[in-house]
Amino acid sequence: MTAVDERVEPAPAPPRRPNRLLASLRNGWRQLTSMRTALVLLFLLALAAIPGSLLPQRGVNRENVGEYYAAHPDLAPTLDRLGFFEVYASPWFSAIYLLLFTSLIGCVLPRLAEHVRALRSVPPDAPRNLARLPQHAAPAASDAAPADAAAAIARSLRGFRTRVREHADGSWTVGAEKGYAKETGNLLFHVALLAVLVGVGFGSWYGWHGNRLVVAGADKAFCNTLQQYDESGLGARVQPADLPPFCVQLDTFDATWTEDGQPTSFRADVTVESGGAAEQRSFSVNDPLRLDGASVYLLGNGYAPILRFTDRYGQQLTRVVPFLPTDSLQTAEGVAMFADVNVDPATGRQPADAQWAFEGLYMPTVRSQPPFTSSTYPGERDPAVMLFAYRGDLGLEVGNPASVYQLPRGQIDRGKLKPVGEGRLLRPGEAWQLADGSRIEFAGTRRWITVSVRANPAQSLLLVGSVAGLAGLMLSLAGRRRRVFFRVTPAGPAAAGGPAGVSLIEAGGLPRTDYPGFADEFDRLVAAARAERPE
Amino acid sequence: MMEELSNQLLVVTVLAYLAAMIGHAAEYAFGTRSHVGRAALRPEAELAYAGAPATPPAAPVVSPVAAAAGPAAPRDTTGAAWAGRAAVALYAVGVAAHTGTVVTRGLAAGRLTWGNMYEYILTATLIAAVVWAGVLVRRPALRHLGLYVSLVLVVLIGAAGMVAYTPVGPLVPALDSYWFVIHVAAVMISSGIFLVGVVPATMYLLRTGYDNGKRSFPYTLGRRAPAAALLERLTFRMHAFAFPIWTFGALIAGPIWAEASWGRYWGWDPKEVWAFISWVVYAGYLHARATPSVKRTTAMWIAIAGFVTMLMNLFGVNLFFEGLHSYADAG
Ligand code: HEM
Repeated sequence: MTAVDERVEPAPAPPRRPNRLLASLRNGWRQLTSMRTALVLLFLLALAAIPGSLLPQRGVNRENVGEYYAAHPDLAPTLDRLGFFEVYASPWFSAIYLLLFTSLIGCVLPRLAEHVRALRSVPPDAPRNLARLPQHAAPAASDAAPADAAAAIARSLRGFRTRVREHADGSWTVGAEKGYAKETGNLLFHVALLAVLVGVGFGSWYGWHGNRLVVAGADKAFCNTLQQYDESGLGARVQPADLPPFCVQLDTFDATWTEDGQPTSFRADVTVESGGAAEQRSFSVNDPLRLDGASVYLLGNGYAPILRFTDRYGQQLTRVVPFLPTDSLQTAEGVAMFADVNVDPATGRQPADAQWAFEGLYMPTVRSQPPFTSSTYPGERDPAVMLFAYRGDLGLEVGNPASVYQLPRGQIDRGKLKPVGEGRLLRPGEAWQLADGSRIEFAGTRRWITVSVRANPAQSLLLVGSVAGLAGLMLSLAGRRRRVFFRVTPAGPAAAGGPAGVSLIEAGGLPRTDYPGFADEFDRLVAAARAERPE
Repeated sequence: MMEELSNQLLVVTVLAYLAAMIGHAAEYAFGTRSHVGRAALRPEAELAYAGAPATPPAAPVVSPVAAAAGPAAPRDTTGAAWAGRAAVALYAVGVAAHTGTVVTRGLAAGRLTWGNMYEYILTATLIAAVVWAGVLVRRPALRHLGLYVSLVLVVLIGAAGMVAYTPVGPLVPALDSYWFVIHVAAVMISSGIFLVGVVPATMYLLRTGYDNGKRSFPYTLGRRAPAAALLERLTFRMHAFAFPIWTFGALIAGPIWAEASWGRYWGWDPKEVWAFISWVVYAGYLHARATPSVKRTTAMWIAIAGFVTMLMNLFGVNLFFEGLHSYADAG
């Protein structure tokens, strides 16, 4: 380590005539990549994120946006035009983070180059006046020759990069530096932020999702095609044909509750078929079903009453109707419509007012006394369905799109679909004989679940990026860059041209980052350097 | 049984912190010659050194009480100093009762105590209280900042008990995940530290204001605050310590859990939005502090803004917004 270092500085380039445009571009770039700009942009980013938590967002809950429109008809369209219902995809939000990341790149690249240079270069030589440094140890005598003493000092500085230099005046210096990990960590952190941004963009291009409700039973299985989802979204680079082929059938769904009806566990057992092979799997909240190319998440659950309609000609029609819960005790509402009933087998004609519809309230545990309006427990201890019958013309063939969860209100308002009698409470197996000779039977229930099927191929990149970023952040925040310098000058006889023997050791220390404990470390280093015996 | 005990201990906790606050206030008001006065008058260099990060030669494990009574005020027998010492003792009682509240609550529920907002605040403030006790052990010179710490604790715990109280219940299945445990633990620990960090940040502003000749009301409080450099460094160390934990808890563990639970790692749910905002603001603080051209007072204001965003997330979002975070339900 006794190489003598002479680094020749490159000669300054001859001055060129300044170009106005270039100069102002360069100036703008310098502004953009300054820390102050980064600060302002960070602040703007925080500010711009706020409206997204105050106003309903399409990406979070589409219905709430509709409600907001209804409640503020004057304000909503303007807000919408300005992107306030999709804040995180709005041009202004994007502009802020893109500028921030441009600034980040402009900031990181030069620092990366600088850091690589610093890593490859050697610690600088000691400044002439060590006493001017924040830490200083006054010269103290050593009985080793300067060269040996310098070598011993370099040896004692464990973990430091050191450089020993000999000078023309017979003195030796040791320059040492430690704590490069701080800058390495800082750069790693900022680069990881870029990786995360890339991952987010990549995920929105190549990710997709579909949501649907699945009723238990082989007849209600679904396959992973776009048409089978109630709601879906494909990334810009995903085609419907890209969805991996598999089918899922809900076999059983188990839930447990505490005595007062708080849920404690959910589990869905399913049969998954892909590539011709069927497999039993189960999944739950927090433990999704991981399939090849997609994951299936359990979102909600409920009951689907089985309603069997027997018309006056004896024809039977069975509907399994998912009822949607309205409270945490699984009181649920639903609608069953029977349009193709009471067709005279002789004529093939359906009389007017022959269609039936039922509006129902399902209670897995019905109250023991009327009114039968709500469930008292979410499990099926005493299930019952309260049905309200409507008779007449459902108006379905006219082609109005019918919701499966709502009666055709228009037909009721026009008097074409009329309520019949009072509601009727039915327990499993019980039937209600209707006026025209039809009957409706409550034949029990099946379970249903709502699932979200999703794929995001960028997720592992995001995870790796964010963990690397965290590691970098910790290095950066905990790291401390500092330099120490030693100067060994010949003293006594050697200085006077006599035999080498005695020297004076002086030291200085420079913390290059905020490091309040540096004085202690410096004292320890100096003591260790003085104690180190020359070989 | 345990639940009742927990509720009673909550009252003890609030009363003890309240009494500690009064003790600190008494010391503050009367203590020119006391510990407070001396700490304020001590030369900055010495304090800066006292505030050095301690790789202290084997930091002895001392209870906050012993620490305050020991090296902090060796021969100080003024009434104000006694008030200060009593305040620290009461604070220790508060921490003990606080711990008892959380532990009995956990026993009553048979699980970790972060299933709802009430438990969350209770546990996060306990972490803050313990962090502050740790600071006290290492830096007895900062004792009287306990006035502000106990004030914040009384307000937050009182608010938890009054607005957010929830009877003991089981975890809803959505929260039944070890990622949830990790996520909330990290978020609570970092919130607790940020919570303590805002005290020196505020005191720094008061102190520098006072040093710059401001003599109107809030700045007069800065007269007896420790040296600005010490407060500044303490603020930075707390934030630099909490920030990676927050990054891990809110922006890594949270999304991992959200992915398993809801199918998306990030969905701009109001709680996520505000966690992101806090993160960005605290990143701004760290930047501002590292930029020489930005004034230290500006950096401090950013740190305080960060804390406000945390409060917004804890109270504002939980109480006023509808979101997926079901533990946010306030009773
Ligand atoms: C995407 C937004 C950004 C975030 C979230 C972010 C976050 C952070 C954090 C948390 C630190 C603290 C780590 C430390 O102190 O070492 C930091 C440090 C730093 N950042 Fe950023 N940063 C961002 C963008 C930028 C930009 C655009 C620049 C350049 C203009 C920049 C330059 C720096 C520098 C130079 C440091 C080191 C400060 C020091 O010397 O300690 N950052 N950043």
